[in-house]
Amino acid sequence: MKDISIVLCGEAGQGIQTVEKILVSILKISGYFVFSAREFMSRIRGGSNSTEVRVSDEPVNSFVEKIDVLIPLDDKAVGHVKWRIDKNTIILGKKEFIEGKSEKTFDIPFTELAKEAGNKLYANTVTVGVLSGMLDVGFDIVKDFISGYFKEKDKKIVEGNIEAAKKGYEIGKDLAEKYGKDFDLKKNEKAKELLLLSGTELVSLGAIAGGCNFISSYPMSPSTGVLVFLSGQQEKFGIIAEQAESEICAINMSLGAFYAGARAMVTTSGGGFALMAEGLSLAGMLETPIVIHLAQRPGPATGLPTRSEQGDLLFALFAGHGEFPRIIFAPGKTEDVFNLACKAFELADKFQVPVIIMTDQYLLDSSFLVPRIDVSKFKIKKYFVKTNKDYKRYKVTKDGVSPRGIPGYGKGLVVVDSDEHDEEGHITEDLDFRTEIVDKRFRKLNSLKKEIESPELVGNKKFKTLVIGWGSTYYGIKEALKILDDKKISFLHFKQVYPLHPDTREYIEKAKKTIVIENNATGQFARLIKMETGIQIDHSILKYNGLPFGVEEIVKRIKEADKKEGK
Amino acid sequence: MDAKTYDMGKIDIAWCPGCGNFSILKILKDALSDLEIKPEELVTVCGIGQGAKAPHYFKANVFNGLHGRALPPATAIKAVNKDLVVIAEGGDGDMYGEGGNHFLHTIRRNPDITHIVHNNMVYGLTKGQASPTSLEDFETPVQVGGVILEPFNPLAVAIGLDASFVSRAYSDDLEETKEIIKKAIKHKGYSLVDLLHPCVTYNKLNNRKWFKENTYYLPEDYDPTDRNEAFKKATEEEKLPLGVFYINKEKKPFEEKLFAYKKNKNPMYEREVDFKKLEKLIKLKK
Repeated sequence: MKDISIVLCGEAGQGIQTVEKILVSILKISGYFVFSAREFMSRIRGGSNSTEVRVSDEPVNSFVEKIDVLIPLDDKAVGHVKWRIDKNTIILGKKEFIEGKSEKTFDIPFTELAKEAGNKLYANTVTVGVLSGMLDVGFDIVKDFISGYFKEKDKKIVEGNIEAAKKGYEIGKDLAEKYGKDFDLKKNEKAKELLLLSGTELVSLGAIAGGCNFISSYPMSPSTGVLVFLSGQQEKFGIIAEQAESEICAINMSLGAFYAGARAMVTTSGGGFALMAEGLSLAGMLETPIVIHLAQRPGPATGLPTRSEQGDLLFALFAGHGEFPRIIFAPGKTEDVFNLACKAFELADKFQVPVIIMTDQYLLDSSFLVPRIDVSKFKIKKYFVKTNKDYKRYKVTKDGVSPRGIPGYGKGLVVVDSDEHDEEGHITEDLDFRTEIVDKRFRKLNSLKKEIESPELVGNKKFKTLVIGWGSTYYGIKEALKILDDKKISFLHFKQVYPLHPDTREYIEKAKKTIVIENNATGQFARLIKMETGIQIDHSILKYNGLPFGVEEIVKRIKEADKKEGK
Repeated sequence: MDAKTYDMGKIDIAWCPGCGNFSILKILKDALSDLEIKPEELVTVCGIGQGAKAPHYFKANVFNGLHGRALPPATAIKAVNKDLVVIAEGGDGDMYGEGGNHFLHTIRRNPDITHIVHNNMVYGLTKGQASPTSLEDFETPVQVGGVILEPFNPLAVAIGLDASFVSRAYSDDLEETKEIIKKAIKHKGYSLVDLLHPCVTYNKLNNRKWFKENTYYLPEDYDPTDRNEAFKKATEEEKLPLGVFYINKEKKPFEEKLFAYKKNKNPMYEREVDFKKLEKLIKLKK
């Protein structure tokens, strides 16, 4: 595998994301595998933000620290990513931003070139041109894409942008000649067939596929994208999307919507989820289904609003007062993000439990090439029943699932109550029945066992060291293992973190050494494993500075951990 | 329809003897039967408190949620199934205190729901503390020197926000209150009924005698479409006016403005996902 890591760095508002968006599309269309990840500050203008675009001749889906090509857009940029620059990093940009910063700097006056093309605002297009030229994507592809991208604009603007791209492209071609084989990547027809999707889009499309037709949420990074996406699809898919006055309102609305026959969700991050905790508990008591997308960012409190962490796992597991069953997914693989966002609605409806999908900023804001998603055979099973006159919402059943009626469908009355209630749903203080209905609610945990997602083993079945991860670290750890190329080390990824799959124990007991890698300070998943299986994990590799793990760091730290004693 | 349709049979009601809530329960049943609303078409949504227990005492679909949180689910229930009649019911602490923010924003949304607030100016279920509507100097075990906060004026707030229907009623006036509630239910859009009633156990100040002496009905020639006049009436303090203060018929209800109903009028539960459209949307990402 050969890959190039391109990093654009500058202030918020300078158009880094536009360059990323156009560049990633152009590279994919021309037959390269691409991946992009963003790290940015919590501000609308200024600061230092960077985006990594990885280009490869094989699928790549994870963040690397190394920078092959850096484009600094201001004088702070090189300093911001200094820890990722080495002697091989090529730095392209305006003279004053790059002078003396590395052995391979090239003065490219982006703004001046843009002015020559008609307007200094075309500077970003020059950048796209340079990078496209370096990677030899073919100028026709660049031209076509830019024409399409700016099609709503004035003809003059379209032509100016094409001219700007052309100027950049020529420079890029010269650079590629100079560095010859560094940029010589093989193109692959397969890349062209893949879908280009962000984590946010995967969650949102999965939700639609799962029948989501109601979302009420309060904007909060990094969860907002899902609300934005579904809001944009309201008319097409008959979705009700409402911006609530608070997260408290959001979850209570969604519960009302599911109660009355919709498939409803909320999308939020840690602080908002904290406000939803009482509503989550209500979902447990009412046995009204709900899907919660919990997009993690570093806390506590406001923390680092635009950055990434896996710090809310145990909070998601224990949030809400009282005891009630729940399901928690933590997908990392792109297909799983889509499929589990979809499955969340099915399981919530089927078992009448809250289902939480945990993601994080890194996963949501990254763009991936995704294999074809075929929804043509999808069908949604509706689990609510038509009620008759003597309907009882909380009928005690063997599997714990009471047939769920909805108001207005049938002759019965659907009574749900946050107080402890009798079978009809009315308040009760019959303490014998209390035990019976608590048992009924927990029987669902047993009934849903069949549906637990098994963890995915990557690597040899006969491993000595087992590396364990969950959620967004999937691709990073997978790539690190490939680099380590050690048959004794395998990787077990959990896409469902609660309830844990029954095979978990066997996998862990088989290992001579276990290492859990997670983006938090306290090793929450290792603790969850201990709690559920009684087994103590040997080593934890933790990171909590707000950034995701880079592949290099995972490689280095697995090597270190693997040298230490096992059990 | 017979008001008995809503009777629950022999049930244990948790209110104190003489509580104003008993009259409210009777009035509600009468109003609903006059309007011929079948129990299975009706959803009552409530939070926690003495007033919020009312939905357990007559036949209807019930969503008894969290303290202060009746309005968000009520809005959503109406939004996903417009055929249902939705009433949100609870006390002054529930709706104006704990749920005050939802009160403001539900008015802004204007869903076609009826909001009945059992307002007895005191906390009953938690045993006699001040509520947002308790009058100044009202003494309680917590407000030991008497209430020092300005009482919350729900009508003035609602009219200030141009709520589409704003009214005040009194529980002992069975006929008048029934007519107000009927108008509120029939109104297309959000309707507030601030329903004064005595708490015989914890509010010795605002008792039946006090209500009789301190309320009066808006005159017959009163024009409820005049917002400024309505605001004036809502801020009268010497005696509290009763009746329909304000109606704005120009406002379209929330659910009728939703994209989801532009082409399809069916309730959400009857709908299917259009997987062909989804297939197309996904293909765009190629």
